[in-house]
Amino acid sequence: MGKVIVVTSGKGGVGKTTSTAALGAALAQRNEKVVVVDFDVGLRNLDLVMGAERRVVYDMVNVIQGDAKLPQALIRDKRLETLFLLPASQTRDKDALTPEGVEWIVGELKKYFDWIICDSPAGIERGATLAMRHADMAVVVTNPEVSSVRDSDRIIGLLDAKTLKAERGERMEKHLLLTRYDATRAERGDMLKVDDVLDILSIPLIGIIPESTDVLKASNVGAPVTLADARSAPALAYFDAARRLAGETLPITIPGDKRSLLGKIFGRKAA
Amino acid sequence: MTKVLTDAPTIRIKGRSFLAVVLSPDLPLDEWLVRLDDLAARSAGFFLGRPVVLDVTDLAIDKLQLADLVGELGQRNVRIMGIEGARPSMLGPGMPPLLKGGRPVSEMEQPPTEAAPTEPKQHPKKATAQEAGSQPQSIVINEPIRSGQSVIFPEGDVTVVGSVASGAEIIAGGSVHIYGALRGRVMAGSVGNSGARIFCRKMEAELLAIDGIYQMAEDMAPALRGQAVQLWLEGDMIMAETLS
Repeated sequence: MGKVIVVTSGKGGVGKTTSTAALGAALAQRNEKVVVVDFDVGLRNLDLVMGAERRVVYDMVNVIQGDAKLPQALIRDKRLETLFLLPASQTRDKDALTPEGVEWIVGELKKYFDWIICDSPAGIERGATLAMRHADMAVVVTNPEVSSVRDSDRIIGLLDAKTLKAERGERMEKHLLLTRYDATRAERGDMLKVDDVLDILSIPLIGIIPESTDVLKASNVGAPVTLADARSAPALAYFDAARRLAGETLPITIPGDKRSLLGKIFGRKAA
Repeated sequence: MTKVLTDAPTIRIKGRSFLAVVLSPDLPLDEWLVRLDDLAARSAGFFLGRPVVLDVTDLAIDKLQLADLVGELGQRNVRIMGIEGARPSMLGPGMPPLLKGGRPVSEMEQPPTEAAPTEPKQHPKKATAQEAGSQPQSIVINEPIRSGQSVIFPEGDVTVVGSVASGAEIIAGGSVHIYGALRGRVMAGSVGNSGARIFCRKMEAELLAIDGIYQMAEDMAPALRGQAVQLWLEGDMIMAETLS
Protein backbone atom coordinates (compact mmCIF):
# COMPACT_ATOMS: atom_id res chain seq x y z
CA MET A 1 0.00 0.00 0.00
CA GLY A 2 1.27 3.43 -0.91
CA LYS A 3 1.86 6.28 1.46
CA VAL A 4 -0.28 9.38 1.15
CA ILE A 5 1.45 12.70 1.73
CA VAL A 6 -0.36 16.03 1.76
CA VAL A 7 1.65 19.13 0.93
CA THR A 8 -0.14 21.99 2.65
CA SER A 9 0.43 25.42 4.15
CA GLY A 10 -2.73 27.44 4.68
CA LYS A 11 -1.17 30.47 3.04
CA GLY A 12 -0.92 30.77 -0.72
CA GLY A 13 2.23 31.35 -2.72
CA VAL A 14 4.64 29.74 -0.28
CA GLY A 15 5.68 26.93 -2.63
CA LYS A 16 3.26 24.03 -2.18
CA THR A 17 3.01 23.22 -5.87
CA THR A 18 6.73 23.67 -6.51
CA SER A 19 7.51 21.45 -3.53
CA THR A 20 4.98 18.80 -4.58
CA ALA A 21 6.56 18.58 -8.03
CA ALA A 22 10.13 18.65 -6.71
CA LEU A 23 9.54 16.01 -4.03
CA GLY A 24 7.56 13.85 -6.46
CA ALA A 25 10.36 13.93 -9.04
CA ALA A 26 12.98 13.33 -6.35
CA LEU A 27 11.16 10.25 -5.02
CA ALA A 28 10.53 8.96 -8.55
CA GLN A 29 14.27 9.16 -9.26
CA ARG A 30 14.71 6.61 -6.49
CA ASN A 31 12.73 4.26 -8.75
CA GLU A 32 9.63 4.42 -6.63
CA LYS A 33 6.20 4.81 -8.22
CA VAL A 34 4.91 8.28 -7.51
CA VAL A 35 1.72 10.11 -8.39
CA VAL A 36 1.31 13.82 -7.72
CA VAL A 37 -2.33 14.83 -7.31
CA ASP A 38 -3.54 18.38 -7.85
CA PHE A 39 -6.37 19.24 -5.42
CA ASP A 40 -6.55 22.87 -6.47
CA VAL A 41 -9.74 22.53 -8.52
CA GLY A 42 -10.35 25.74 -10.47
CA LEU A 43 -6.83 27.11 -9.95
CA ARG A 44 -4.70 24.20 -11.04
CA ASN A 45 -0.98 24.76 -11.56
CA LEU A 46 0.71 21.48 -10.93
CA ASP A 47 0.27 20.51 -14.61
CA LEU A 48 2.26 23.61 -15.61
CA VAL A 49 5.07 23.00 -13.14
CA MET A 50 5.23 19.37 -14.31
CA GLY A 51 5.22 20.45 -17.95
CA ALA A 52 2.12 18.40 -18.72
CA GLU A 53 -0.42 21.15 -19.41
CA ARG A 54 -0.82 20.18 -23.08
CA ARG A 55 -1.49 16.56 -22.25
CA VAL A 56 -4.42 16.97 -19.86
CA VAL A 57 -7.50 15.24 -21.29
CA TYR A 58 -9.38 14.02 -18.24
CA ASP A 59 -9.06 15.27 -14.70
CA MET A 60 -9.93 14.23 -11.17
CA VAL A 61 -13.45 15.64 -11.35
CA ASN A 62 -14.15 13.60 -14.52
CA VAL A 63 -13.08 10.50 -12.63
CA ILE A 64 -15.20 11.35 -9.58
CA GLN A 65 -18.23 11.93 -11.78
CA GLY A 66 -17.66 8.73 -13.71
CA ASP A 67 -16.91 10.37 -17.08
CA ALA A 68 -13.45 8.82 -17.24
CA LYS A 69 -11.60 5.90 -15.72
CA LEU A 70 -8.77 6.65 -13.32
CA PRO A 71 -5.98 5.31 -15.63
CA GLN A 72 -7.30 7.58 -18.41
CA ALA A 73 -6.79 10.65 -16.25
CA LEU A 74 -3.28 9.75 -15.11
CA ILE A 75 -0.51 11.42 -17.10
CA ARG A 76 2.89 9.75 -17.20
CA ASP A 77 5.89 12.06 -17.04
CA LYS A 78 7.95 12.14 -20.24
CA ARG A 79 11.26 12.18 -18.39
CA LEU A 80 10.59 9.80 -15.52
CA GLU A 81 8.81 6.49 -16.10
CA THR A 82 7.66 6.14 -12.52
CA LEU A 83 6.21 9.64 -12.12
CA PHE A 84 2.53 10.35 -12.80
CA LEU A 85 0.23 13.35 -12.50
CA LEU A 86 -3.47 13.39 -11.69
CA PRO A 87 -4.58 16.86 -12.74
CA ALA A 88 -7.34 18.96 -11.20
CA SER A 89 -10.19 20.39 -13.21
CA GLN A 90 -9.74 24.01 -14.21
CA THR A 91 -13.35 24.70 -15.20
CA ARG A 92 -14.93 23.66 -11.91
CA ASP A 93 -14.65 24.74 -8.32
CA LYS A 94 -13.88 22.92 -5.09
CA ASP A 95 -17.53 21.88 -4.64
CA ALA A 96 -17.07 19.40 -7.48
CA LEU A 97 -14.91 17.31 -5.11
CA THR A 98 -16.98 14.90 -3.05
CA PRO A 99 -15.64 13.21 0.07
CA GLU A 100 -16.68 9.78 -1.29
CA GLY A 101 -15.07 10.46 -4.67
CA VAL A 102 -11.80 11.58 -3.11
CA GLU A 103 -11.78 8.61 -0.77
CA TRP A 104 -12.27 6.22 -3.68
CA ILE A 105 -9.54 7.84 -5.80
CA VAL A 106 -7.00 7.86 -2.97
CA GLY A 107 -7.86 4.24 -2.17
CA GLU A 108 -7.29 3.18 -5.80
CA LEU A 109 -4.04 5.15 -6.12
CA LYS A 110 -2.69 3.52 -2.96
CA LYS A 111 -2.94 0.13 -4.67
CA TYR A 112 -0.68 1.07 -7.57
CA PHE A 113 1.73 3.71 -6.26
CA ASP A 114 4.34 3.87 -3.52
CA TRP A 115 3.76 7.56 -2.93
CA ILE A 116 0.63 9.64 -3.43
CA ILE A 117 1.54 13.30 -3.02
CA CYS A 118 -1.47 15.59 -2.69
CA ASP A 119 -0.93 19.23 -3.60
CA SER A 120 -3.37 21.09 -1.34
CA PRO A 121 -4.96 24.38 -2.35
CA ALA A 122 -4.38 27.38 -0.09
CA GLY A 123 -6.94 28.15 2.59
CA ILE A 124 -8.66 25.97 5.15
CA GLU A 125 -11.84 25.26 3.24
CA ARG A 126 -13.22 22.24 1.43
CA GLY A 127 -10.36 21.77 -1.06
CA ALA A 128 -7.71 21.91 1.63
CA THR A 129 -9.57 19.70 4.11
CA LEU A 130 -10.30 17.08 1.42
CA ALA A 131 -6.65 17.09 0.33
CA MET A 132 -5.47 16.38 3.89
CA ARG A 133 -8.30 14.01 4.84
CA HIS A 134 -6.72 10.70 3.80
CA ALA A 135 -3.07 11.61 4.37
CA ASP A 136 -0.68 9.38 6.30
CA MET A 137 1.80 12.21 6.69
CA ALA A 138 1.89 15.92 6.03
CA VAL A 139 4.52 18.25 4.66
CA VAL A 140 3.81 21.73 5.98
CA VAL A 141 5.38 24.28 3.63
CA THR A 142 6.30 27.50 5.39
CA ASN A 143 8.16 30.67 4.47
CA PRO A 144 10.25 32.28 7.20
CA GLU A 145 7.84 35.13 7.84
CA VAL A 146 5.16 35.64 10.48
CA SER A 147 1.97 35.35 8.44
CA SER A 148 3.07 32.12 6.80
CA VAL A 149 4.12 30.69 10.17
CA ARG A 150 0.81 31.52 11.79
CA ASP A 151 -1.16 30.01 8.88
CA SER A 152 0.97 26.88 9.08
CA ASP A 153 0.22 26.69 12.79
CA ARG A 154 -3.48 26.81 11.99
CA ILE A 155 -3.10 24.07 9.38
CA ILE A 156 -1.21 21.87 11.85
CA GLY A 157 -4.17 22.26 14.20
CA LEU A 158 -6.51 21.11 11.43
CA LEU A 159 -4.24 18.18 10.56
CA ASP A 160 -4.63 17.05 14.16
CA ALA A 161 -8.39 17.44 14.08
CA LYS A 162 -9.92 16.95 10.65
CA THR A 163 -8.00 14.07 9.12
CA LEU A 164 -9.11 10.44 9.18
CA LYS A 165 -5.95 9.58 11.06
CA ALA A 166 -6.75 12.10 13.78
CA GLU A 167 -10.36 10.94 13.97
CA ARG A 168 -9.17 7.37 14.50
CA GLY A 169 -7.11 8.68 17.40
CA GLU A 170 -3.77 8.12 15.66
CA ARG A 171 -0.99 10.66 15.36
CA MET A 172 -0.52 12.41 12.06
CA GLU A 173 3.16 12.60 11.12
CA LYS A 174 3.93 16.23 10.30
CA HIS A 175 7.09 17.61 8.73
CA LEU A 176 8.14 21.17 8.23
CA LEU A 177 9.57 22.23 4.89
CA LEU A 178 10.97 25.73 5.11
CA THR A 179 11.01 27.28 1.65
CA ARG A 180 12.31 30.54 0.15
CA TYR A 181 14.90 30.78 2.87
CA ASP A 182 17.30 33.64 2.34
CA ALA A 183 20.32 33.35 4.61
CA THR A 184 21.51 36.94 4.23
CA ARG A 185 18.08 38.37 4.99
CA ALA A 186 17.65 36.04 7.96
CA GLU A 187 21.05 37.18 9.20
CA ARG A 188 19.98 40.81 8.91
CA GLY A 189 16.82 40.03 10.86
CA ASP A 190 14.47 40.73 7.91
CA MET A 191 13.30 37.16 8.08
CA LEU A 192 12.48 34.76 10.85
CA LYS A 193 15.38 32.51 11.76
CA VAL A 194 15.06 28.74 11.47
CA ASP A 195 15.05 28.35 15.24
CA ASP A 196 12.26 30.88 15.64
CA VAL A 197 10.06 29.03 13.18
CA LEU A 198 10.79 25.67 14.79
CA ASP A 199 10.11 27.13 18.21
CA ILE A 200 6.68 28.35 17.15
CA LEU A 201 5.58 25.36 15.09
CA SER A 202 7.33 22.62 17.10
CA ILE A 203 7.24 19.94 14.39
CA PRO A 204 10.32 18.21 12.92
CA LEU A 205 12.12 19.86 10.01
CA ILE A 206 12.68 17.88 6.81
CA GLY A 207 14.39 20.52 4.78
CA ILE A 208 15.32 24.13 4.15
CA ILE A 209 14.99 25.20 0.54
CA PRO A 210 17.07 28.27 -0.23
CA GLU A 211 15.48 31.16 -2.12
CA SER A 212 16.80 30.76 -5.65
CA THR A 213 16.11 31.80 -9.22
CA ASP A 214 16.66 28.16 -10.20
CA VAL A 215 13.20 27.36 -8.81
CA LEU A 216 11.52 30.01 -10.93
CA LYS A 217 13.52 29.02 -14.00
CA ALA A 218 12.51 25.37 -13.57
CA SER A 219 8.83 26.27 -13.20
CA ASN A 220 8.96 28.37 -16.34
CA VAL A 221 10.33 25.53 -18.44
CA GLY A 222 7.77 23.16 -16.95
CA ALA A 223 10.05 20.91 -14.97
CA PRO A 224 10.33 20.14 -11.27
CA VAL A 225 13.54 21.73 -10.01
CA THR A 226 14.84 18.28 -9.07
CA LEU A 227 14.69 17.38 -12.79
CA ALA A 228 15.56 20.67 -14.45
CA ASP A 229 18.78 21.28 -12.61
CA ALA A 230 19.54 18.44 -10.24
CA ARG A 231 22.82 20.02 -9.12
CA SER A 232 21.31 23.35 -8.04
CA ALA A 233 21.10 24.23 -4.35
CA PRO A 234 17.29 24.01 -4.11
CA ALA A 235 17.28 20.66 -5.96
CA LEU A 236 19.87 19.23 -3.57
CA ALA A 237 17.78 20.41 -0.63
CA TYR A 238 14.67 18.76 -2.10
CA PHE A 239 16.56 15.50 -2.72
CA ASP A 240 17.60 15.47 0.94
CA ALA A 241 14.04 16.25 2.05
CA ALA A 242 12.75 13.35 -0.08
CA ARG A 243 15.28 11.00 1.53
CA ARG A 244 14.11 12.13 4.97
CA LEU A 245 10.48 11.54 3.93
CA ALA A 246 11.47 8.02 2.93
CA GLY A 247 12.76 7.49 6.44
CA GLU A 248 16.48 8.24 6.21
CA THR A 249 18.14 10.30 8.90
CA LEU A 250 20.37 13.03 7.56
CA PRO A 251 21.76 16.08 9.29
CA ILE A 252 20.12 19.30 8.15
CA THR A 253 22.30 22.12 6.91
CA ILE A 254 21.05 25.64 7.22
CA PRO A 255 21.82 27.48 3.98
CA GLY A 256 24.37 30.24 4.43
CA ASP A 257 25.91 28.70 7.51
CA LYS A 258 29.23 28.58 5.69
CA ARG A 259 28.93 32.14 4.57
CA SER A 260 28.04 33.33 8.03
CA LEU A 261 31.04 31.48 9.40
CA LEU A 262 33.26 33.29 6.87
CA GLY A 263 31.44 36.48 7.73
CA LYS A 264 32.32 35.97 11.36
CA ILE A 265 35.99 35.42 10.53
CA PHE A 266 36.13 38.50 8.34
CA GLY A 267 34.14 40.38 10.93
CA ARG A 268 36.73 39.57 13.54
CA LYS A 269 39.55 40.53 11.26
CA ALA A 270 37.95 43.85 10.56
CA ALA A 271 37.57 44.43 14.27
CA MET B 1 9.44 43.11 40.60
CA THR B 2 5.77 43.87 40.71
CA LYS B 3 4.20 46.13 38.17
CA VAL B 4 0.81 47.60 37.76
CA LEU B 5 -0.07 46.78 34.21
CA THR B 6 -2.69 49.40 33.59
CA ASP B 7 -3.60 52.91 34.64
CA ALA B 8 -6.51 53.47 32.33
CA PRO B 9 -9.97 52.60 33.69
CA THR B 10 -11.06 49.22 32.40
CA ILE B 11 -14.32 47.83 31.14
CA ARG B 12 -15.51 44.66 32.79
CA ILE B 13 -16.73 41.98 30.44
CA LYS B 14 -17.78 38.64 31.83
CA GLY B 15 -19.36 35.41 30.75
CA ARG B 16 -22.35 33.98 32.58
CA SER B 17 -24.62 31.11 31.83
CA PHE B 18 -28.34 31.05 32.49
CA LEU B 19 -30.87 28.30 32.33
CA ALA B 20 -33.50 28.86 29.66
CA VAL B 21 -36.61 26.99 28.62
CA VAL B 22 -36.30 25.85 25.03
CA LEU B 23 -39.42 25.55 22.89
CA SER B 24 -39.17 23.37 19.78
CA PRO B 25 -42.26 23.93 17.65
CA ASP B 26 -43.27 21.48 14.99
CA LEU B 27 -45.33 21.81 11.84
CA PRO B 28 -48.10 22.70 11.23
CA LEU B 29 -47.58 25.72 13.44
CA ASP B 30 -51.25 26.51 14.10
CA GLU B 31 -51.78 23.06 15.58
CA TRP B 32 -48.70 23.44 17.70
CA LEU B 33 -49.95 26.82 18.92
CA VAL B 34 -53.27 25.21 19.90
CA ARG B 35 -51.38 22.66 21.98
CA LEU B 36 -49.34 25.47 23.52
CA ASP B 37 -52.55 27.32 24.43
CA ASP B 38 -53.80 24.13 26.00
CA LEU B 39 -50.70 23.89 28.15
CA ALA B 40 -50.94 27.54 29.10
CA ALA B 41 -54.59 27.05 30.07
CA ARG B 42 -53.66 24.20 32.40
CA SER B 43 -50.82 26.03 34.08
CA ALA B 44 -51.21 29.73 33.90
CA GLY B 45 -47.99 31.65 33.91
CA PHE B 46 -45.75 28.70 33.04
CA PHE B 47 -43.69 30.94 30.79
CA LEU B 48 -44.07 34.04 32.89
CA GLY B 49 -40.75 35.46 33.94
CA ARG B 50 -38.80 32.67 32.29
CA PRO B 51 -36.26 33.19 29.57
CA VAL B 52 -37.51 31.25 26.56
CA VAL B 53 -35.42 30.17 23.59
CA LEU B 54 -37.06 29.11 20.36
CA ASP B 55 -35.40 26.12 18.71
CA VAL B 56 -36.14 26.03 14.98
CA THR B 57 -33.52 23.46 14.02
CA ASP B 58 -34.85 21.25 11.19
CA LEU B 59 -38.06 23.30 11.06
CA ALA B 60 -38.88 24.15 7.46
CA ILE B 61 -40.13 27.72 7.81
CA ASP B 62 -39.04 30.96 6.20
CA LYS B 63 -38.25 34.39 7.56
CA LEU B 64 -41.84 35.64 7.45
CA GLN B 65 -43.27 32.57 9.13
CA LEU B 66 -40.63 32.83 11.84
CA ALA B 67 -41.51 36.49 12.45
CA ASP B 68 -45.20 35.51 12.63
CA LEU B 69 -44.44 32.75 15.10
CA VAL B 70 -42.48 35.10 17.35
CA GLY B 71 -45.42 37.54 17.12
CA GLU B 72 -47.95 34.82 17.98
CA LEU B 73 -45.87 33.79 20.99
CA GLY B 74 -45.58 37.43 22.02
CA GLN B 75 -49.38 37.70 22.05
CA ARG B 76 -49.40 34.75 24.46
CA ASN B 77 -46.94 36.61 26.71
CA VAL B 78 -44.12 34.23 25.78
CA ARG B 79 -41.12 36.50 25.30
CA ILE B 80 -38.43 34.94 23.14
CA MET B 81 -34.90 35.87 24.25
CA GLY B 82 -33.12 34.08 21.44
CA ILE B 83 -33.50 31.75 18.51
CA GLU B 84 -31.52 28.58 18.09
CA GLY B 85 -30.85 26.75 14.86
CA ALA B 86 -31.99 29.49 12.47
CA ARG B 87 -30.04 30.66 9.48
CA PRO B 88 -28.68 34.19 10.00
CA SER B 89 -30.67 35.29 6.94
CA MET B 90 -33.90 34.43 8.73
CA LEU B 91 -33.22 36.95 11.47
CA GLY B 92 -33.52 40.62 10.69
CA PRO B 93 -33.47 43.61 12.97
CA GLY B 94 -36.26 43.45 15.55
CA MET B 95 -35.92 39.70 15.85
CA PRO B 96 -34.36 37.96 18.84
CA PRO B 97 -30.65 37.18 18.40
CA LEU B 98 -29.31 33.84 17.22
CA LEU B 99 -28.07 31.59 20.03
CA LYS B 100 -25.49 28.89 19.60
CA GLY B 101 -23.73 26.34 21.70
CA GLY B 102 -26.65 25.42 23.97
CA ARG B 103 -26.14 22.39 26.16
CA PRO B 104 -28.90 20.07 27.33
CA VAL B 105 -29.67 19.96 31.06
CA SER B 106 -31.88 17.91 33.32
CA GLU B 107 -35.64 17.77 32.94
CA MET B 108 -37.36 21.03 33.60
CA GLU B 109 -40.31 20.63 35.93
CA GLN B 110 -43.50 20.77 33.94
CA PRO B 111 -47.15 21.11 34.73
CA PRO B 112 -48.48 17.61 35.23
CA THR B 113 -50.32 16.29 32.22
CA GLU B 114 -51.09 12.93 30.73
CA ALA B 115 -50.04 13.64 27.19
CA ALA B 116 -47.34 16.24 27.75
CA PRO B 117 -48.36 18.42 24.81
CA THR B 118 -45.37 20.66 24.61
CA GLU B 119 -42.10 19.95 26.19
CA PRO B 120 -39.17 22.15 26.77
CA LYS B 121 -36.49 20.57 24.62
CA GLN B 122 -34.60 17.98 26.55
CA HIS B 123 -32.16 15.25 25.98
CA PRO B 124 -31.93 12.15 28.10
CA LYS B 125 -28.87 13.33 29.93
CA LYS B 126 -28.09 13.36 33.60
CA ALA B 127 -28.47 16.45 35.66
CA THR B 128 -25.41 18.64 35.54
CA ALA B 129 -25.71 19.48 39.19
CA GLN B 130 -25.28 15.87 40.20
CA GLU B 131 -22.39 15.36 37.87
CA ALA B 132 -20.59 18.45 39.00
CA GLY B 133 -19.08 16.70 41.99
CA SER B 134 -17.50 13.98 39.86
CA GLN B 135 -16.40 16.26 37.02
CA PRO B 136 -12.70 17.05 36.80
CA GLN B 137 -11.76 20.44 38.17
CA SER B 138 -8.72 20.79 35.96
CA ILE B 139 -7.44 19.59 32.62
CA VAL B 140 -3.92 19.04 31.35
CA ILE B 141 -3.14 19.40 27.66
CA ASN B 142 0.10 17.84 26.51
CA GLU B 143 0.22 19.43 23.07
CA PRO B 144 0.78 22.93 21.81
CA ILE B 145 -2.40 24.94 21.27
CA ARG B 146 -2.37 25.94 17.59
CA SER B 147 -3.56 29.14 16.00
CA GLY B 148 -7.34 29.09 15.62
CA GLN B 149 -7.88 26.53 18.36
CA SER B 150 -9.66 27.44 21.54
CA VAL B 151 -9.75 25.63 24.81
CA ILE B 152 -12.82 26.48 26.88
CA PHE B 153 -12.98 24.99 30.35
CA PRO B 154 -15.27 26.92 32.67
CA GLU B 155 -15.06 24.18 35.30
CA GLY B 156 -11.57 24.98 36.54
CA ASP B 157 -7.85 25.18 35.82
CA VAL B 158 -6.17 24.60 32.48
CA THR B 159 -2.56 23.43 32.24
CA VAL B 160 -0.80 23.36 28.89
CA VAL B 161 2.49 21.51 28.54
CA GLY B 162 3.52 23.32 25.38
CA SER B 163 3.03 26.68 23.77
CA VAL B 164 -0.09 28.66 22.99
CA ALA B 165 0.19 30.07 19.46
CA SER B 166 -0.67 33.50 18.22
CA GLY B 167 -4.37 33.37 17.36
CA ALA B 168 -5.17 30.60 19.85
CA GLU B 169 -7.17 31.15 23.02
CA ILE B 170 -7.74 29.59 26.39
CA ILE B 171 -10.77 30.41 28.50
CA ALA B 172 -10.71 28.87 31.95
CA GLY B 173 -12.93 29.18 34.97
CA GLY B 174 -9.87 28.91 37.15
CA SER B 175 -6.16 29.56 36.71
CA VAL B 176 -4.16 28.94 33.54
CA HIS B 177 -0.69 27.43 33.56
CA ILE B 178 1.42 27.42 30.41
CA TYR B 179 4.67 25.51 30.34
CA GLY B 180 5.83 27.07 27.12
CA ALA B 181 5.51 30.35 25.27
CA LEU B 182 2.20 32.16 25.57
CA ARG B 183 1.63 33.98 22.27
CA GLY B 184 -2.15 33.85 22.09
CA ARG B 185 -4.90 35.00 24.42
CA VAL B 186 -5.78 33.74 27.84
CA MET B 187 -8.85 34.48 29.92
CA ALA B 188 -8.63 33.11 33.44
CA GLY B 189 -11.37 33.20 36.06
CA SER B 190 -13.89 33.64 33.28
CA VAL B 191 -16.89 32.75 35.42
CA GLY B 192 -16.21 35.37 38.02
CA ASN B 193 -13.18 34.05 39.87
CA SER B 194 -11.01 37.01 40.81
CA GLY B 195 -8.56 34.73 42.59
CA ALA B 196 -7.54 33.05 39.32
CA ARG B 197 -4.00 33.54 38.05
CA ILE B 198 -2.11 33.14 34.82
CA PHE B 199 1.34 31.57 34.75
CA CYS B 200 3.53 31.18 31.72
CA ARG B 201 7.11 30.33 30.96
CA LYS B 202 7.52 32.89 28.21
CA MET B 203 5.24 35.90 27.98
CA GLU B 204 4.39 36.97 24.43
CA ALA B 205 0.62 37.18 24.89
CA GLU B 206 -1.78 39.06 22.64
CA LEU B 207 -4.40 39.51 25.32
CA LEU B 208 -4.81 38.57 28.94
CA ALA B 209 -7.88 38.68 31.14
CA ILE B 210 -8.64 37.72 34.69
CA ASP B 211 -12.23 37.81 35.89
CA GLY B 212 -13.22 40.07 33.02
CA ILE B 213 -10.43 42.63 33.41
CA TYR B 214 -8.71 42.82 30.05
CA GLN B 215 -5.19 43.72 29.09
CA MET B 216 -3.94 44.07 25.51
CA ALA B 217 -0.39 43.26 24.48
CA GLU B 218 0.34 46.92 23.79
CA ASP B 219 -0.43 47.95 27.34
CA MET B 220 1.83 45.42 28.93
CA ALA B 221 5.14 46.40 30.43
CA PRO B 222 7.83 45.72 27.81
CA ALA B 223 10.14 44.36 30.49
CA LEU B 224 7.84 41.37 30.89
CA ARG B 225 8.14 40.26 27.25
CA GLY B 226 9.85 36.93 26.88
CA GLN B 227 9.98 36.41 30.63
CA ALA B 228 8.44 33.78 32.85
CA VAL B 229 5.57 35.68 34.38
CA GLN B 230 2.65 35.27 36.74
CA LEU B 231 -0.35 37.57 36.68
CA TRP B 232 -3.08 38.13 39.21
CA LEU B 233 -5.81 40.58 40.02
CA GLU B 234 -5.76 43.25 42.70
CA GLY B 235 -9.01 45.15 42.64
CA ASP B 236 -9.39 46.27 39.05
CA MET B 237 -5.71 46.01 38.21
CA ILE B 238 -3.88 43.15 36.63
CA MET B 239 -0.57 42.78 38.45
CA ALA B 240 2.40 40.96 37.02
CA GLU B 241 5.71 39.75 38.26
CA THR B 242 8.50 37.72 36.77
CA LEU B 243 9.08 34.26 38.13
CA SER B 244 12.63 33.46 38.86
